[in-house]
Amino acid sequence: MTIADRWLLPDGMDEVLPPQAARMEELRRALLDLYYRWGYDQVMPPPVEFLDSLLTGTGTDLDLQTFKLTDQLTGRMMGVSADVTPQVARMDAHSLQRQGPVRLCYCTNVLRAKADQHQGGRSPVQVGVELFGHAGQEADLEILRLALSSLAVAGAGEIHLALGHIGIYRSLVQAAELDTTQERALYEALDLKSPGELAARVAECVADPTLAEMFLALAELHGGDEVLEAARGAFAEAPAAVNAALDQLLALSAGVRAEYPEVELYFDLAELRGYQYHTGMMFAAYVPGYGQALAKGGRYDDTGRAFGRARPATGFSMDLKLLASLALQPPACDGIWVPAEAAEQQAATIAALRDAGERVVVALPGQRTGPEAHRCNRQLTRSGDDWQVSPLG
Amino acid sequence: MNKQLIVALSKGRILDETLPLLADAGIEPAEDLGKSRKLLFDTNLPDVKLVVIRATDVPTYVQLGAADLGVAGKDVLLEHGAEGLYEPLDLEIAGCKLMTAGVQGAEPGLARRRVATKFVNVARRYYAEQGIQADVIKLYGAMELAPLMNLADEIVDIVDTGNTLRANGMEPRELIATISTRLVVNKAAMTMKHERLKPLIERLRAAVAERHDSSSLSA
Repeated sequence: MTIADRWLLPDGMDEVLPPQAARMEELRRALLDLYYRWGYDQVMPPPVEFLDSLLTGTGTDLDLQTFKLTDQLTGRMMGVSADVTPQVARMDAHSLQRQGPVRLCYCTNVLRAKADQHQGGRSPVQVGVELFGHAGQEADLEILRLALSSLAVAGAGEIHLALGHIGIYRSLVQAAELDTTQERALYEALDLKSPGELAARVAECVADPTLAEMFLALAELHGGDEVLEAARGAFAEAPAAVNAALDQLLALSAGVRAEYPEVELYFDLAELRGYQYHTGMMFAAYVPGYGQALAKGGRYDDTGRAFGRARPATGFSMDLKLLASLALQPPACDGIWVPAEAAEQQAATIAALRDAGERVVVALPGQRTGPEAHRCNRQLTRSGDDWQVSPLG
Repeated sequence: MNKQLIVALSKGRILDETLPLLADAGIEPAEDLGKSRKLLFDTNLPDVKLVVIRATDVPTYVQLGAADLGVAGKDVLLEHGAEGLYEPLDLEIAGCKLMTAGVQGAEPGLARRRVATKFVNVARRYYAEQGIQADVIKLYGAMELAPLMNLADEIVDIVDTGNTLRANGMEPRELIATISTRLVVNKAAMTMKHERLKPLIERLRAAVAERHDSSSLSA
């Protein structure tokens, strides 16, 4: 065993040190308070579940992301949660079984078997909300507004919000009656936004010339407001669901604009992230300086079906570690230093100060570090028989 | 607002063919890239900078957002994987083929095939799709040597004219992919800088189309 073996952490498993840990905790509280004020109840999903429930209806991506182990008691395979969303969907569908809309929020550690492309680590802290039981765009708008408020709480400025709608692509695939292999081929080309590749695949798979045109148009339909307008033209003869999706995006963008005029909107009608489980609008919020989205979400109706209760669902999630890096400040130097000799006789004073919310650091006999090292800007000093808090020079 | 664009370019042959395209799209390096040992270059546009790096590093720079867009061969992109990248334009330069090749006349046996390549992921995927068990050996160069020294039964490599293969007693076998050079764009950059990027992509597309037309006229 070398010395490195004793301290080396596995790839992507990071420890959180001060001041980041304090910042994360501060942010966690602020976010959960925000969700509480919006009427969201907190839940705590288990860290480990049987694979059968953990990976239901979520597709292969999550399967690859999930650490697996055998339950010695039952012989069944278990997985360590890599994404809280399906777990919360199960809680709504099976454990809670409430009538009407259900609003849930969470903040919990998850583990990922593979670090994401941005080396964001394999142990993110996932924080987010889910709104079950309402299929309308009002629910989606609430989620969007809450996501933007969350980012504001975290100190994000210059937010770029990317909006998409998986229903557009889904409806076209359905109308073109593509089989899984063909659909997969189109998906890959569209995901790359590669018109050349897409043209080749469309020529192979899509016989109907009108539909073929529409698939080709998708690759270019990303950008500002002009995209929705262009889409109206391109999808004039598309299935009704496509235009309904466009209406929805228009309404959502108007809703966001009214309340958050400073947020830059970007539309991407060919965004296919989470194709395996998303069913409606999808969004991702970006901030300059970060190569990945800080918040991601959207509609994923029907996830609860596997648990016996299909429910409309929409929500978003964020990585608290990433969020906490947005406005990381050096920790405040705000403590009160109590010399070791005063500790015992001034116990009551110290307790009173702490009750008042002060950070009080009591020196230990013989310690070599002074008040500065412990971030204290004041100290308890004797004046005559009295002890008083006085600023440190 | 920081709307600076960083463009990652592949060193070598691709670079020579990329610069005229960039020039047509209105981007010219402020100094001769070939004569400098610098890695980061200013251009005639104050908000555009160029980095010149190894071709295999371009997808990494763009994917992680260190560069907003880049120019890379499809071979490199296939090997690297496309996650986090858009590939909006085929620049139609530095064309070649990604192929398997082996010693002339030698029949590949039925047993596991040993394959030498620097395109490890591509080779693994290709042979799996063909239903062939393959042991992939990673090499960094001179692939043609591997079968001759009995290190491998086949190689997977870029074939341009096929002269190097023939000079070493080998023959090209199966085509894996036709390769050309692509423009790649970071997804976050596309979201946040689309107003700057989309016109640039359009100008490059026009430059490519013009070349395409003039070359088909002369042919």
